[in-house]
Amino acid sequence: MLYREVGQFKTSYAADQAIFPIAQDRWFVIGVLLFAFLVVPFFITPYMANAILLPFLVFGLAALGLNILTGYCGQLSLGTAAFMGVGAYSSFKLMVLFPELNLVIVFLLAGLITAAVGMVFGLPSLRIKGFYLAVATLAAQFFLVWLFYKWDWLRDYSLTGQITVPPSDFLGVPMTGSRADPAAKYLLALAMVTVLALGAKNLVRGRFGRSWMAIRDMDVAAELMGIRPLAAKLSAFGVSSFYVGVAGAMMFTLWLGAAEGGDSFGIQTSFLVLFMIIIGGLGTVLGSFLGAAFLVLMPIVLKNTMVDMLGMTTVFAKHLEYVVMGVLIIGFLILEPHGLARLWQIAKEKLRLWPFPY
Amino acid sequence: MLFFVETVISGLLAGVMYSLVALGFVLIFKASGVFNFAQGVMALFAGLTLAGFLSGTVPFTHQINPALAMPPWLAILATVGVMILLAILIERLVLRHLINQEPIILFMMTLGLAYVLEGAGDLLWGSDVKVLDLGLPSGASDWLLDNYGLYVDKLEVVAAVVAAVLVAVLAIFFQRTRIGRALRAVADDHQAALSVGISLNTIWAIVWAAAGIVALVAGIMWGAKSGIQFSLSLIALKALPVLILGGFDSVPGAIVGGLIIGVGEKVAEVYLGPFVGGAIENWFAYMLALAFLLVRPEGLFGEKIIRRV
Repeated sequence: MLYREVGQFKTSYAADQAIFPIAQDRWFVIGVLLFAFLVVPFFITPYMANAILLPFLVFGLAALGLNILTGYCGQLSLGTAAFMGVGAYSSFKLMVLFPELNLVIVFLLAGLITAAVGMVFGLPSLRIKGFYLAVATLAAQFFLVWLFYKWDWLRDYSLTGQITVPPSDFLGVPMTGSRADPAAKYLLALAMVTVLALGAKNLVRGRFGRSWMAIRDMDVAAELMGIRPLAAKLSAFGVSSFYVGVAGAMMFTLWLGAAEGGDSFGIQTSFLVLFMIIIGGLGTVLGSFLGAAFLVLMPIVLKNTMVDMLGMTTVFAKHLEYVVMGVLIIGFLILEPHGLARLWQIAKEKLRLWPFPY
Repeated sequence: MLFFVETVISGLLAGVMYSLVALGFVLIFKASGVFNFAQGVMALFAGLTLAGFLSGTVPFTHQINPALAMPPWLAILATVGVMILLAILIERLVLRHLINQEPIILFMMTLGLAYVLEGAGDLLWGSDVKVLDLGLPSGASDWLLDNYGLYVDKLEVVAAVVAAVLVAVLAIFFQRTRIGRALRAVADDHQAALSVGISLNTIWAIVWAAAGIVALVAGIMWGAKSGIQFSLSLIALKALPVLILGGFDSVPGAIVGGLIIGVGEKVAEVYLGPFVGGAIENWFAYMLALAFLLVRPEGLFGEKIIRRV
């Protein structure tokens, strides 16, 4: 009853092209954002920020980046974590070299550096396709992680092999380290993610997004229609790596505060992000965030129910968690290969008709 | 010079070990187009099961009951049985419901499968490192060491022989038997195979069972070399460059690719490693494979991908 678009007439091209053409959707999204910006910071706890909200924002952004490459442009990549690492290490290096630099500028520069690295590793995609490319991106994964360990300059010659975030302020508010307020970190991350997600949404419906989707659907046909594969694929690699790099920089500075090569940016993380976009839905912006929320929350919920409620030992629960995780992934693929975003869409369609069956 | 020969030989033998894992990948990719990431974990699972049967471990409890310990031949047979059962289960519960899905979905399915098998293996048999003692020869070969001063591990020679036998058996199986012909038909064209009366479900179960048995062989060889532990599942990552170098759908490719990667890796480690700070074995194989791919995008022996509008 509430979800009807009757009577909403579009009188201009701008209204017709709006991201949320239905008023209820628009108000819903505005409501969620207002809640996230104005209400959540008042009752945020350090545990909530570090275990749920920051991981969700970071992985949501990383999943969005991978979704641009894999979901929109059809280039399967298994090197996401390494590119997050590039973002993290370049943000660390920038903060050490230029302590006065504004944190947002650090994030954006780290993203740009990652984009450059991503485009270099994207070059083979012009010649190598499909799973051959997926395995080739593993070269980036292993090579970059190796570089994080071997190139001392990157870690500022720290002996532990770790990088630790230097203290830094944003508009006079401490943002990093132990003196930072979780609400401040959360708000900065949320603002970055909101702006970047809006940018991505606009990018994928515009000229770039269309050329990516054409390449994904059939690259030979796209080429014949006048889309340059070089420009389309490399821009997808660049934009995707930019997002992943910013996510990595935020992961290091705001969430973890310290990071170490293969531990933080190993292949397991790459797979995790890949699971997020599959479960969330390939080729949707919303799906990236739904998938991230699902996979950030699931281990916490599983651990709580199995260890705290059912009284299993931690080791047993850990092993069982693997099985449950695997079963969930397979189950999702069988029941809804288009992911949570598709479920959301179905729910909306049903809601439109409700309470009438047709 | 002698050192160089030794490096090359140990590289070749290490390459054979990679090929053993790569073979399982190729089998499944050839017959069903599934890029089976779980192959490494299957090797781990098979190894764990075998070690469990050998020592008489009671599943789920991790207690050892010596009365249940099996002699090696029986344990191997029982493990083969488990792998066949596993293949049937995978086909029934998973593959059957994923017919006609995109390759990336099937690939993700195998990632999920890897998680399930990893967890299940640990739940069933415990996650501690297990020694696999089947009485395979190991240590340096005295004859070569005495006469030529070459250090060659006997176990790796055994692995090479086993790999050769395995390839021969697989070649005969694919080329000469009824089932082998059916497998090749399915690999060529699912629909055409269905229309001449080949049951896809049976074929898939057979292929996954074959891959499971190859995984068992790989598990035995790697387990005898370095014990059965979690890191065994990571050999899948070692086999991937071999695969793309040789081509996803070529059995000879898996062997030749393995040899090239093995030699390249060892030689690079010895002669290039010291200049860049060592520990390059994690990525060198991938870079080598990438270099080959830039010249031949479908690997050395892979089937050419023809693209039409």
